[in-house]
Amino acid sequence: MLKLRRSMMFVPGNNPGMLQNAGIYGADTIIFDLEDSVSITEKDSARFLVRNAIQRIKYPSEVAVRINHIATPFGREDLAAILAVKPDLIRLPKAETAKDIQVIDAIITEAEAKQGFTPGSIKMMAAIETAFGLMNAYAIASASSRMVAIAIGGEDFIADLKTSRTSHGSELFVARAQLLLAARAAGIQAIDTVYSDVNNEETFITETTAIKEMGFDGKSVINPRQIKLVHGIFTPTAKQIQQAERILEAYQTALANKSGVIALDGKMIDGPIVARAERVLAYAAAVGVRKEADK
Amino acid sequence: MVQIVRSAIAGTLESNDIMISIAPAQPGAGIHIELNSPVKNQYGRQIEAAIRAVVERYGLQDILIQANDRGALDCTIEARVETAIVRAAKGEA
Repeated sequence: MLKLRRSMMFVPGNNPGMLQNAGIYGADTIIFDLEDSVSITEKDSARFLVRNAIQRIKYPSEVAVRINHIATPFGREDLAAILAVKPDLIRLPKAETAKDIQVIDAIITEAEAKQGFTPGSIKMMAAIETAFGLMNAYAIASASSRMVAIAIGGEDFIADLKTSRTSHGSELFVARAQLLLAARAAGIQAIDTVYSDVNNEETFITETTAIKEMGFDGKSVINPRQIKLVHGIFTPTAKQIQQAERILEAYQTALANKSGVIALDGKMIDGPIVARAERVLAYAAAVGVRKEADK
Repeated sequence: MVQIVRSAIAGTLESNDIMISIAPAQPGAGIHIELNSPVKNQYGRQIEAAIRAVVERYGLQDILIQANDRGALDCTIEARVETAIVRAAKGEA
Protein backbone atom coordinates (compact mmCIF):
# COMPACT_ATOMS: atom_id res chain seq x y z
CA MET A 1 0.00 0.00 0.00
CA LEU A 2 1.05 3.59 -0.62
CA LYS A 3 2.77 5.27 2.31
CA LEU A 4 0.75 8.41 2.92
CA ARG A 5 2.57 11.58 3.88
CA ARG A 6 -0.19 14.07 3.15
CA SER A 7 0.35 15.94 6.38
CA MET A 8 3.69 16.14 8.17
CA MET A 9 3.11 18.01 11.42
CA PHE A 10 5.94 19.82 13.16
CA VAL A 11 5.96 19.56 16.95
CA PRO A 12 8.41 21.69 18.97
CA GLY A 13 10.79 19.28 20.69
CA ASN A 14 11.05 21.07 24.01
CA ASN A 15 7.34 21.22 24.79
CA PRO A 16 6.20 18.21 26.87
CA GLY A 17 2.49 19.02 26.53
CA MET A 18 2.69 19.13 22.74
CA LEU A 19 4.88 16.01 22.59
CA GLN A 20 2.46 13.94 24.64
CA ASN A 21 -0.59 15.01 22.63
CA ALA A 22 1.02 14.92 19.19
CA GLY A 23 -0.58 11.60 18.26
CA ILE A 24 -4.21 12.61 18.64
CA TYR A 25 -4.66 14.87 15.61
CA GLY A 26 -4.38 12.29 12.85
CA ALA A 27 -1.32 13.66 11.01
CA ASP A 28 0.22 11.07 8.67
CA THR A 29 3.66 11.95 10.05
CA ILE A 30 4.65 13.70 13.26
CA ILE A 31 7.96 15.56 13.04
CA PHE A 32 9.52 16.21 16.43
CA ASP A 33 11.67 19.25 15.92
CA LEU A 34 15.09 19.69 17.49
CA GLU A 35 16.08 22.46 15.09
CA ASP A 36 14.50 25.89 14.58
CA SER A 37 11.78 25.65 17.24
CA VAL A 38 14.34 24.89 19.96
CA SER A 39 16.60 27.65 21.30
CA ILE A 40 20.36 27.12 21.34
CA THR A 41 20.35 26.82 25.14
CA GLU A 42 17.71 24.06 25.17
CA LYS A 43 19.08 21.70 22.50
CA ASP A 44 20.17 19.16 25.13
CA SER A 45 16.83 19.36 26.90
CA ALA A 46 14.75 18.81 23.75
CA ARG A 47 16.94 15.91 22.65
CA PHE A 48 16.30 13.96 25.89
CA LEU A 49 12.61 14.87 25.91
CA VAL A 50 12.02 13.72 22.33
CA ARG A 51 14.06 10.55 22.84
CA ASN A 52 12.02 9.60 25.93
CA ALA A 53 8.71 10.46 24.29
CA ILE A 54 9.45 8.21 21.29
CA GLN A 55 10.55 5.43 23.62
CA ARG A 56 7.54 5.58 25.96
CA ILE A 57 4.55 7.06 24.12
CA LYS A 58 2.84 4.95 21.49
CA TYR A 59 2.15 7.21 18.51
CA PRO A 60 -0.34 6.06 15.88
CA SER A 61 1.49 7.93 13.09
CA GLU A 62 4.87 7.74 11.45
CA VAL A 63 7.40 9.39 13.78
CA ALA A 64 10.10 11.61 12.33
CA VAL A 65 12.73 13.76 14.02
CA ARG A 66 14.13 16.92 12.47
CA ILE A 67 17.70 17.00 13.68
CA ASN A 68 20.05 19.95 13.61
CA HIS A 69 22.32 20.01 10.59
CA ILE A 70 25.33 17.76 11.06
CA ALA A 71 27.65 20.71 10.42
CA THR A 72 26.36 22.34 13.65
CA PRO A 73 27.64 21.30 17.10
CA PHE A 74 24.28 19.56 17.76
CA GLY A 75 23.55 17.32 14.79
CA ARG A 76 25.67 14.33 15.73
CA GLU A 77 24.50 14.39 19.35
CA ASP A 78 20.90 14.53 18.15
CA LEU A 79 21.51 11.41 16.07
CA ALA A 80 23.31 9.59 18.89
CA ALA A 81 20.35 10.11 21.25
CA ILE A 82 17.47 9.69 18.81
CA LEU A 83 18.68 6.71 16.76
CA ALA A 84 18.80 4.57 19.92
CA VAL A 85 14.99 4.68 20.12
CA LYS A 86 14.42 3.93 16.44
CA PRO A 87 12.44 6.78 14.90
CA ASP A 88 10.77 5.91 11.58
CA LEU A 89 12.38 8.83 9.81
CA ILE A 90 15.23 11.32 10.22
CA ARG A 91 14.68 14.68 8.57
CA LEU A 92 17.72 16.74 7.70
CA PRO A 93 17.22 20.49 7.36
CA LYS A 94 19.13 22.70 4.92
CA ALA A 95 20.43 19.84 2.78
CA GLU A 96 22.81 21.13 0.15
CA THR A 97 24.77 18.16 -1.14
CA ALA A 98 24.54 14.39 -1.51
CA LYS A 99 27.43 14.20 0.97
CA ASP A 100 25.15 15.58 3.74
CA ILE A 101 22.86 12.60 3.19
CA GLN A 102 25.65 10.05 2.90
CA VAL A 103 27.25 11.15 6.18
CA ILE A 104 23.97 10.67 8.04
CA ASP A 105 23.27 7.42 6.22
CA ALA A 106 26.58 6.05 7.52
CA ILE A 107 25.78 7.13 11.09
CA ILE A 108 22.35 5.47 10.87
CA THR A 109 23.87 2.28 9.42
CA GLU A 110 26.26 2.10 12.35
CA ALA A 111 23.48 2.74 14.90
CA GLU A 112 21.22 0.09 13.34
CA ALA A 113 24.02 -2.49 13.62
CA LYS A 114 24.83 -1.48 17.21
CA GLN A 115 21.19 -1.59 18.34
CA GLY A 116 20.28 -4.72 16.40
CA PHE A 117 17.66 -2.93 14.26
CA THR A 118 16.86 -4.22 10.78
CA PRO A 119 19.37 -2.66 8.36
CA GLY A 120 17.72 0.09 6.33
CA SER A 121 14.66 0.30 8.59
CA ILE A 122 15.26 3.93 9.61
CA LYS A 123 14.36 6.14 6.65
CA MET A 124 15.51 9.63 5.75
CA MET A 125 14.14 12.77 4.19
CA ALA A 126 15.74 16.12 3.54
CA ALA A 127 14.56 19.69 3.28
CA ILE A 128 15.97 21.90 0.56
CA GLU A 129 16.18 25.46 1.82
CA THR A 130 18.72 27.19 -0.40
CA ALA A 131 19.23 27.82 -4.11
CA PHE A 132 22.44 25.78 -3.96
CA GLY A 133 20.58 22.88 -2.35
CA LEU A 134 17.92 23.05 -5.06
CA MET A 135 20.59 22.84 -7.75
CA ASN A 136 21.61 19.53 -6.13
CA ALA A 137 18.09 18.31 -5.41
CA TYR A 138 18.26 15.17 -7.55
CA ALA A 139 21.68 14.21 -6.14
CA ILE A 140 20.29 14.70 -2.62
CA ALA A 141 17.10 12.77 -3.38
CA SER A 142 19.03 9.83 -4.80
CA ALA A 143 21.98 9.88 -2.38
CA SER A 144 20.75 6.98 -0.25
CA SER A 145 18.26 4.13 -0.43
CA ARG A 146 16.93 5.42 2.90
CA MET A 147 15.59 8.57 1.23
CA VAL A 148 11.79 8.56 1.03
CA ALA A 149 11.06 12.25 0.46
CA ILE A 150 12.43 15.71 -0.15
CA ALA A 151 10.72 18.85 1.03
CA ILE A 152 11.01 22.50 0.26
CA GLY A 153 11.71 24.71 3.28
CA GLY A 154 9.95 27.80 2.00
CA GLU A 155 10.87 30.59 4.39
CA ASP A 156 14.62 29.99 4.30
CA PHE A 157 14.50 29.40 0.57
CA ILE A 158 12.70 32.68 -0.09
CA ALA A 159 15.18 34.52 2.11
CA ASP A 160 17.98 32.95 0.08
CA LEU A 161 16.27 34.09 -3.15
CA LYS A 162 16.17 37.61 -1.70
CA THR A 163 12.42 37.98 -2.09
CA SER A 164 9.39 37.60 0.15
CA ARG A 165 6.33 35.39 0.48
CA THR A 166 3.20 36.36 -1.48
CA SER A 167 -0.35 35.02 -1.43
CA HIS A 168 -0.09 33.83 -5.06
CA GLY A 169 3.18 31.97 -4.47
CA SER A 170 4.90 32.83 -7.74
CA GLU A 171 8.18 33.30 -5.87
CA LEU A 172 8.16 29.56 -5.07
CA PHE A 173 6.79 28.23 -8.35
CA VAL A 174 10.10 27.34 -9.99
CA ALA A 175 11.53 25.88 -6.78
CA ARG A 176 8.47 23.73 -6.18
CA ALA A 177 8.46 22.48 -9.77
CA GLN A 178 12.17 21.70 -9.70
CA LEU A 179 11.91 19.94 -6.35
CA LEU A 180 9.03 17.85 -7.63
CA LEU A 181 10.98 16.87 -10.75
CA ALA A 182 13.97 15.84 -8.63
CA ALA A 183 11.76 13.76 -6.33
CA ARG A 184 10.00 12.02 -9.20
CA ALA A 185 13.26 11.36 -11.04
CA ALA A 186 14.60 9.74 -7.86
CA GLY A 187 11.35 7.85 -7.27
CA ILE A 188 10.59 9.45 -3.89
CA GLN A 189 7.91 11.75 -2.45
CA ALA A 190 7.78 15.54 -2.63
CA ILE A 191 6.52 17.51 0.37
CA ASP A 192 5.58 21.17 0.31
CA THR A 193 6.57 23.84 2.80
CA VAL A 194 4.56 25.07 5.80
CA TYR A 195 1.99 27.83 5.58
CA SER A 196 2.47 29.78 8.76
CA ASP A 197 -0.59 32.07 8.88
CA VAL A 198 -2.80 29.51 10.62
CA ASN A 199 -5.81 31.83 10.72
CA ASN A 200 -5.87 32.28 6.96
CA GLU A 201 -7.63 29.09 5.91
CA GLU A 202 -8.65 30.40 2.52
CA THR A 203 -5.11 30.95 1.29
CA PHE A 204 -3.99 27.72 2.93
CA ILE A 205 -6.62 25.79 0.96
CA THR A 206 -5.71 27.58 -2.30
CA GLU A 207 -2.02 26.86 -1.76
CA THR A 208 -2.57 23.22 -0.80
CA THR A 209 -4.87 22.63 -3.78
CA ALA A 210 -2.24 24.16 -6.08
CA ILE A 211 0.62 22.00 -4.80
CA LYS A 212 -1.54 18.87 -4.94
CA GLU A 213 -2.34 19.67 -8.58
CA MET A 214 1.39 20.17 -9.26
CA GLY A 215 1.96 16.61 -8.05
CA PHE A 216 3.15 17.01 -4.46
CA ASP A 217 2.49 14.11 -2.08
CA GLY A 218 1.89 16.22 1.00
CA LYS A 219 2.42 19.38 2.96
CA SER A 220 4.23 20.28 6.16
CA VAL A 221 1.85 21.69 8.75
CA ILE A 222 2.47 23.63 11.94
CA ASN A 223 -0.99 23.55 13.47
CA PRO A 224 -3.32 20.56 13.99
CA ARG A 225 -6.16 22.60 12.45
CA GLN A 226 -4.43 22.38 9.08
CA ILE A 227 -4.38 18.56 9.01
CA LYS A 228 -8.04 18.04 8.19
CA LEU A 229 -7.90 20.65 5.43
CA VAL A 230 -4.91 18.94 3.80
CA HIS A 231 -6.46 15.50 4.04
CA GLY A 232 -9.69 16.78 2.51
CA ILE A 233 -7.82 18.17 -0.48
CA PHE A 234 -5.73 15.01 -0.96
CA THR A 235 -8.64 12.57 -0.72
CA PRO A 236 -10.03 11.49 -4.10
CA THR A 237 -13.72 12.32 -4.55
CA ALA A 238 -16.34 9.60 -5.04
CA LYS A 239 -16.65 10.77 -8.66
CA GLN A 240 -12.89 10.43 -9.28
CA ILE A 241 -12.89 6.96 -7.73
CA GLN A 242 -15.87 5.87 -9.80
CA GLN A 243 -14.27 7.16 -13.00
CA ALA A 244 -11.01 5.36 -12.18
CA GLU A 245 -12.93 2.13 -11.63
CA ARG A 246 -14.68 2.51 -14.97
CA ILE A 247 -11.38 3.13 -16.75
CA LEU A 248 -9.81 0.01 -15.28
CA GLU A 249 -12.90 -2.02 -16.07
CA ALA A 250 -12.87 -0.87 -19.69
CA TYR A 251 -9.15 -1.60 -19.88
CA GLN A 252 -9.55 -5.11 -18.50
CA THR A 253 -12.47 -5.87 -20.78
CA ALA A 254 -10.42 -4.70 -23.75
CA LEU A 255 -7.49 -6.86 -22.67
CA ALA A 256 -9.76 -9.88 -22.34
CA ASN A 257 -11.25 -9.22 -25.78
CA LYS A 258 -7.80 -8.55 -27.22
CA SER A 259 -9.01 -5.24 -28.67
CA GLY A 260 -6.23 -2.87 -29.60
CA VAL A 261 -7.87 0.50 -29.07
CA ILE A 262 -9.92 1.29 -25.98
CA ALA A 263 -12.33 4.15 -25.58
CA LEU A 264 -14.55 5.24 -22.74
CA ASP A 265 -17.15 7.98 -23.14
CA GLY A 266 -15.56 8.85 -26.45
CA LYS A 267 -12.07 9.32 -24.98
CA MET A 268 -9.11 7.11 -25.77
CA ILE A 269 -7.65 5.13 -22.87
CA ASP A 270 -3.97 4.33 -23.00
CA GLY A 271 -1.11 3.46 -20.63
CA PRO A 272 -0.74 6.75 -18.73
CA ILE A 273 -4.49 7.04 -18.19
CA VAL A 274 -4.63 3.51 -16.81
CA ALA A 275 -1.64 4.26 -14.57
CA ARG A 276 -3.36 7.41 -13.28
CA ALA A 277 -6.57 5.49 -12.56
CA GLU A 278 -4.59 2.86 -10.68
CA ARG A 279 -2.94 5.59 -8.65
CA VAL A 280 -6.31 7.15 -7.75
CA LEU A 281 -7.57 3.77 -6.52
CA ALA A 282 -4.38 2.94 -4.62
CA TYR A 283 -4.60 6.36 -3.00
CA ALA A 284 -8.27 5.90 -2.17
CA ALA A 285 -7.47 2.56 -0.55
CA ALA A 286 -4.61 4.10 1.42
CA VAL A 287 -6.75 6.92 2.79
CA GLY A 288 -9.49 4.44 3.59
CA VAL A 289 -12.26 5.82 1.37
CA ARG A 290 -12.14 2.61 -0.65
CA LYS A 291 -11.33 -0.77 0.85
CA GLU A 292 -8.62 -2.95 -0.72
CA ALA A 293 -11.24 -5.72 -0.99
CA ASP A 294 -13.35 -3.54 -3.29
CA LYS A 295 -10.71 -3.84 -5.98
CA MET B 1 31.81 8.36 36.57
CA VAL B 2 29.61 11.43 36.76
CA GLN B 3 30.27 14.03 39.41
CA ILE B 4 27.94 16.90 40.29
CA VAL B 5 30.13 19.99 40.45
CA ARG B 6 27.65 22.85 40.06
CA SER B 7 23.99 23.73 40.37
CA ALA B 8 21.85 23.33 37.29
CA ILE B 9 18.23 23.67 36.23
CA ALA B 10 16.19 21.95 33.53
CA GLY B 11 12.54 22.12 32.54
CA THR B 12 9.90 24.81 32.88
CA LEU B 13 6.87 25.62 34.99
CA GLU B 14 4.50 25.15 32.07
CA SER B 15 1.71 22.65 32.32
CA ASN B 16 2.78 19.01 31.68
CA ASP B 17 6.39 19.92 32.50
CA ILE B 18 8.56 19.75 35.62
CA MET B 19 11.37 22.05 36.70
CA ILE B 20 14.31 20.22 38.21
CA SER B 21 17.03 22.05 40.17
CA ILE B 22 20.11 20.11 41.13
CA ALA B 23 22.90 21.02 43.53
CA PRO B 24 25.98 19.19 44.81
CA ALA B 25 25.75 17.63 48.29
CA GLN B 26 28.35 16.68 50.88
CA PRO B 27 29.73 13.12 50.60
CA GLY B 28 27.47 10.84 52.61
CA ALA B 29 24.50 13.22 52.41
CA GLY B 30 22.51 10.85 50.20
CA ILE B 31 19.84 11.61 47.62
CA HIS B 32 17.55 14.41 48.81
CA ILE B 33 14.41 15.14 46.83
CA GLU B 34 12.13 18.06 47.63
CA LEU B 35 8.96 17.71 45.59
CA ASN B 36 6.25 20.25 44.89
CA SER B 37 3.34 18.99 42.87
CA PRO B 38 -0.41 19.54 42.60
CA VAL B 39 -0.74 15.74 42.49
CA LYS B 40 1.73 15.04 45.29
CA ASN B 41 -0.79 13.09 47.37
CA GLN B 42 -1.72 10.73 44.54
CA TYR B 43 1.55 10.50 42.59
CA GLY B 44 4.29 11.88 44.85
CA ARG B 45 5.93 8.51 45.39
CA GLN B 46 5.84 7.66 41.72
CA ILE B 47 7.38 11.02 40.74
CA GLU B 48 10.15 10.59 43.32
CA ALA B 49 10.80 7.06 42.10
CA ALA B 50 11.13 8.34 38.51
CA ILE B 51 13.63 11.00 39.65
CA ARG B 52 15.56 8.52 41.78
CA ALA B 53 15.81 5.99 38.94
CA VAL B 54 17.69 8.46 36.72
CA VAL B 55 19.93 9.63 39.59
CA GLU B 56 20.87 6.02 40.34
CA ARG B 57 21.40 5.21 36.67
CA TYR B 58 24.07 7.93 36.66
CA GLY B 59 25.62 6.36 39.78
CA LEU B 60 25.05 9.47 41.92
CA GLN B 61 24.87 8.99 45.67
CA ASP B 62 24.92 12.49 47.08
CA ILE B 63 22.72 15.11 45.48
CA LEU B 64 20.10 17.76 46.30
CA ILE B 65 17.10 17.90 44.01
CA GLN B 66 14.21 20.33 43.97
CA ALA B 67 11.36 19.27 41.75
CA ASN B 68 8.53 21.62 40.84
CA ASP B 69 6.01 19.48 39.02
CA ARG B 70 3.24 20.71 36.73
CA GLY B 71 1.72 17.35 35.90
CA ALA B 72 4.60 15.84 33.91
CA LEU B 73 4.57 12.27 32.58
CA ASP B 74 7.34 9.92 33.73
CA CYS B 75 9.17 10.24 30.41
CA THR B 76 9.24 14.04 30.84
CA ILE B 77 10.39 13.81 34.47
CA GLU B 78 13.23 11.48 33.48
CA ALA B 79 14.28 13.71 30.58
CA ARG B 80 14.39 16.83 32.76
CA VAL B 81 16.36 15.06 35.53
CA GLU B 82 18.83 13.71 32.97
CA THR B 83 19.28 17.16 31.39
CA ALA B 84 19.90 18.74 34.80
CA ILE B 85 22.43 16.06 35.73
CA VAL B 86 24.35 16.43 32.49
CA ARG B 87 24.37 20.21 32.92
CA ALA B 88 25.58 19.94 36.52
CA ALA B 89 28.13 17.23 35.91
CA LYS B 90 31.77 16.97 35.17
CA GLY B 91 33.06 13.83 33.51
CA GLU B 92 31.47 11.33 31.20
CA ALA B 93 27.70 11.54 31.05
